[in-house]
Amino acid sequence: MNLTLKVWRQKTPDDKGRMVKYLVQDVSPDMSFLEMLDVLNERLILEGDDPIAFDHDCREGICGMCGMVINGVAHGEQRATTTCQLHMRHFEDGATVTIEPWRAAPFPVVKDLVVDRSAFDRIIQAGGFVSVPAGSAPDAHAVPVKKDDADAAFDAATCIGCGACVAACPNGSASLFTAAKITHLGLLPQGQPERDSRAKAMVDQMDLEGFGGCTNTGECTAVCPKGIPLDTIAQMNRDYLKA
Amino acid sequence: MAVTGAVLVLYLVAHVVGNLKIFYGAEAFNDYAHWLRHVGEPAVPARTVLTLVEVVLAVSVILHMWSAVTLTRRASKARPVKYAARRKTQASGYAVHTMRYGGVVILLFIIWHLLDLTFATVNPAGPAGLPYDRLVQGFAPERWPVTLFYVVALVMLGLHLRHGVWSAFQTLGLANGRSYRPLKIVAVGLSLVLVLGFLSVPVAIAIGVIK
Amino acid sequence: MNFTVGEPLIDTKAPEGPIEDRWDKRRFAAKLVNPANKRKLNVIVIGTGLAGGSAAATLGELGYNVTSFCYQDTPRRAHSIAAQGGINAAKNYRGDGDSVHRLFYDTVKGGDFRARESNVYRLAQVSANIIDQAVAQGVPFAREYGGLLDTRSFGGAQVSRTFYARGQTGQQLLLGAYQALERQIAAGTVAMHTRHEMLDLIVADGRARGVIVRDMVTGEIERHLADAVVLASGGYGNVFFLSTNAKGCNTTAIWRAHRRGAMFANPCYTQIHPTCIPVSGEYQSKLTLMSESLRNDGRVWVPLRKGDDRPAGDIPDDERDYYLERIYPAFGNLVPRDIASRAAKNVCDEGRGVGPGGLGVYLDFRDAIGRLGRDAVEQKYGNLFEMYERITGEDPYSQPMRIYPAVHYTMGGLWVDYDLQSTIPGLFVIGEANFSDHGANRLGASALMQGLADGYFVLPTTIGDYLADGPYGEVDEGAVAEAEIAVRGRIARLLSVNGTRTADSYHRELGKLMWDYCGMERTEESLRKALERIPELRAEFWQNVKVSGEADELNQALERAGRVADFFDLAELMCLDALHRTESCGGHFRAESQDADGEALRDDENFAYVAAWQFQPEGGPVLHKEKLDYDYVKMSQRSYK
Repeated sequence: MNLTLKVWRQKTPDDKGRMVKYLVQDVSPDMSFLEMLDVLNERLILEGDDPIAFDHDCREGICGMCGMVINGVAHGEQRATTTCQLHMRHFEDGATVTIEPWRAAPFPVVKDLVVDRSAFDRIIQAGGFVSVPAGSAPDAHAVPVKKDDADAAFDAATCIGCGACVAACPNGSASLFTAAKITHLGLLPQGQPERDSRAKAMVDQMDLEGFGGCTNTGECTAVCPKGIPLDTIAQMNRDYLKA
Repeated sequence: MAVTGAVLVLYLVAHVVGNLKIFYGAEAFNDYAHWLRHVGEPAVPARTVLTLVEVVLAVSVILHMWSAVTLTRRASKARPVKYAARRKTQASGYAVHTMRYGGVVILLFIIWHLLDLTFATVNPAGPAGLPYDRLVQGFAPERWPVTLFYVVALVMLGLHLRHGVWSAFQTLGLANGRSYRPLKIVAVGLSLVLVLGFLSVPVAIAIGVIK
Repeated sequence: MNFTVGEPLIDTKAPEGPIEDRWDKRRFAAKLVNPANKRKLNVIVIGTGLAGGSAAATLGELGYNVTSFCYQDTPRRAHSIAAQGGINAAKNYRGDGDSVHRLFYDTVKGGDFRARESNVYRLAQVSANIIDQAVAQGVPFAREYGGLLDTRSFGGAQVSRTFYARGQTGQQLLLGAYQALERQIAAGTVAMHTRHEMLDLIVADGRARGVIVRDMVTGEIERHLADAVVLASGGYGNVFFLSTNAKGCNTTAIWRAHRRGAMFANPCYTQIHPTCIPVSGEYQSKLTLMSESLRNDGRVWVPLRKGDDRPAGDIPDDERDYYLERIYPAFGNLVPRDIASRAAKNVCDEGRGVGPGGLGVYLDFRDAIGRLGRDAVEQKYGNLFEMYERITGEDPYSQPMRIYPAVHYTMGGLWVDYDLQSTIPGLFVIGEANFSDHGANRLGASALMQGLADGYFVLPTTIGDYLADGPYGEVDEGAVAEAEIAVRGRIARLLSVNGTRTADSYHRELGKLMWDYCGMERTEESLRKALERIPELRAEFWQNVKVSGEADELNQALERAGRVADFFDLAELMCLDALHRTESCGGHFRAESQDADGEALRDDENFAYVAAWQFQPEGGPVLHKEKLDYDYVKMSQRSYK
């Protein structure tokens, strides 16, 4: 199949940037989206052009490094799928595909489709952990955990930190990301001692980074590759109000 | 947003209950309006309770708007560069995307509504008219553009509440995964009841059921 | 490529005495660092996976001044995150007869008697602490209704010692380490540099004293100095181009250290995983692993007849060859990884493979669905089926999956002593980057265990013994400048070739060559062919590679080219190691060395040693042999018939 790509190109963080059109031919429907870009990049390199910079690593949907807004939807229209797991068979021959980076002030563009998501790390630094130095832990069976709690904590903990929630949110809010961690640790007995301070510190840091506020649109959970549920945000609000 | 919204929703419930008194006839409605102004007497002077309610409402509206403006400004600051592709909503529910302009429509409506039926400056019955007359003359069939405006505004209000009601629970941390469905059903139900309740009066007058 | 044999290598740090006391003894003998001095001691950690992340966090907690680097945009992305199955630990929570000794025994045996007893025993001892640590950090392991941790048996183990968090154990453990690391970053004990790639090691006065890194955003070449350097940069499976590794995984950090004097041990030991999604076309960029647990219910087969291209459903049972069940009636579809992999290769070599290019075999759930019902199968494997469907576009409920083996893990790595110190004083190597604990073959669910054992518990103790003699003072400027100039020179050279082929296309060709000649099955002939072809291809690379862009910008073409250049050199050493080891053992199968049943045949008399290779600029590498003695486990030949 043949496609027309409209790709955001931006040489440096200060560059104004623009959409550039590329024609890609003989795309196999079995290719992944990133493989399609690989093929285009190989061509660009041989033509002496700058290949399109994009972040990616594991290419199996778990590292959270890849991410682009495809036709206006973070990670593309296929649900619960990272960009690397999206395959070309979901596109029509002859289609025009628009590819843009995550757009949010706290995620400045580094180059082309690469953005700086270190704001997420700083939110974790503010309190997204349990303070337990290596070697100081009690036996793992010392505290039983209800299976339901462990399962719910796991569901929240599957967040891969890709940032699609921010990219999709009309408010540019990082609530789902922050809430996932607050919920994960808040549901487990090990996370209780720091529960209040964690919620407060992480939410404050999120605001400080310049993310928008949550208006419960649900766009975040709809594009989340791991389907982190919206009720984590209610949990975060609960913990934050309590703190 | 959530707290002020909740205050306003509670007020709307009381408001619609009062409105429906019109179906009991002119006397019942005018008596009710009178009672509103004199409730609490003689313990407190006339209009005390009503004024208190009005103050709380005014403060709520202002805070509600202030929150909305703050959120909107934060949102546009958080996304200075917009997407080139048309954003397609992935979440279910169109109501959520009407909140901001819907809010503006509702605000314009409230201003008109106050001028029309509270201060009656734009009402044919004038400030001297009885409440029942203001209504009947205000929504008289020939004034259909006014009635239409009410209808549009009330539909916007319904959409606003449809998202706003459950959203308030979420914001206040009172919702969880299991309560989403019931909450959303309640939100839809409440919006419908309020909108239909409010609409029934002007529509009834406009089509001549109430004269 | 020729090599010479040098002096035997001896691990001087390994304590003597009863094996169960050795780690205690070493811990007690290790010198302690005065807490007041720790702040003055600088440690560099390369990589933020399970090993590097946990090490940096723990060293930070202890009070050292740590600088950590990763090539990704955040430490949480390291490829440990993709590990699915679980983590072994000798907790014996099930009371099913597990013990430290049994885990030790299984690991040595699974490694086909090519791992050090002392190291493996310590690993088994420490394993229990890892689970405690992870649980305390909030890792949401699977639990039973009673609230206690659930375990399962994994990879053919007879005891249920594998702790897991659904199919995402690696992710959850890595996030635990990442969170501990972020906590230290916030506390100011760890300085984190993301999007930085190590391009050389600084060795001054015989000690590792720092690294040269490239800031991948600005292209700036930076020098970072320290009292000790820890490499936790992972394995080198991407030498095959297609592997289950992340795209960014590379050998540059350990290869550069090797060139600076760190010996490289057992480079030929690679693990091939039997259940991966096959290649679908030339453009394929990586391979995706499907959990081995699928073989519990899926039946592996190929058509009986060569070139039978009917759809799987149209092939009647009597024209199918359930070859694993036929050849290995006792274990059937559950034979160990290497056996299942080789058997798949054999039937495909016979021309009976299925799917594009004939490189695949069926993994069929028809009978399981018939027996258990679709719901039960979905319950067990739903997420895996979904992943398969997403990638291939085929529905595994209605037609069998196609699978093929893929490179998964590399047991070889930089040689380290019992203290995890390489042959360069002050250079420590942990996790998959070292060679230490898995011998010639790694057991399932043991990689996570080793990475965390090294990072949380072993290295923080042993590195103290080295640092107690520090700080090591000023670093000789000459050594730093020399390393920096070398790095700049290499980058300039890559950019100046301006040829007609991309680095990726060379990498693809190298990978194919390695897969064909130094993959699942190796022969003297194939290895000699590879050793002839690799230098030719490398020479062509350096004359004809095309790298666009500049050095001082984010340049992904340049990053790749640098990594491919190092893969060429490593590939050659791998083939040499594979050629010299004429026995078969674990993940290294020499066709010349098999028993009558086609099983790997070890040659303990001649090859019970670790092959540690020393780099020499001229005249080929020098082989140093570290003899392996087995006092606690009797060496035996394995058989799965």
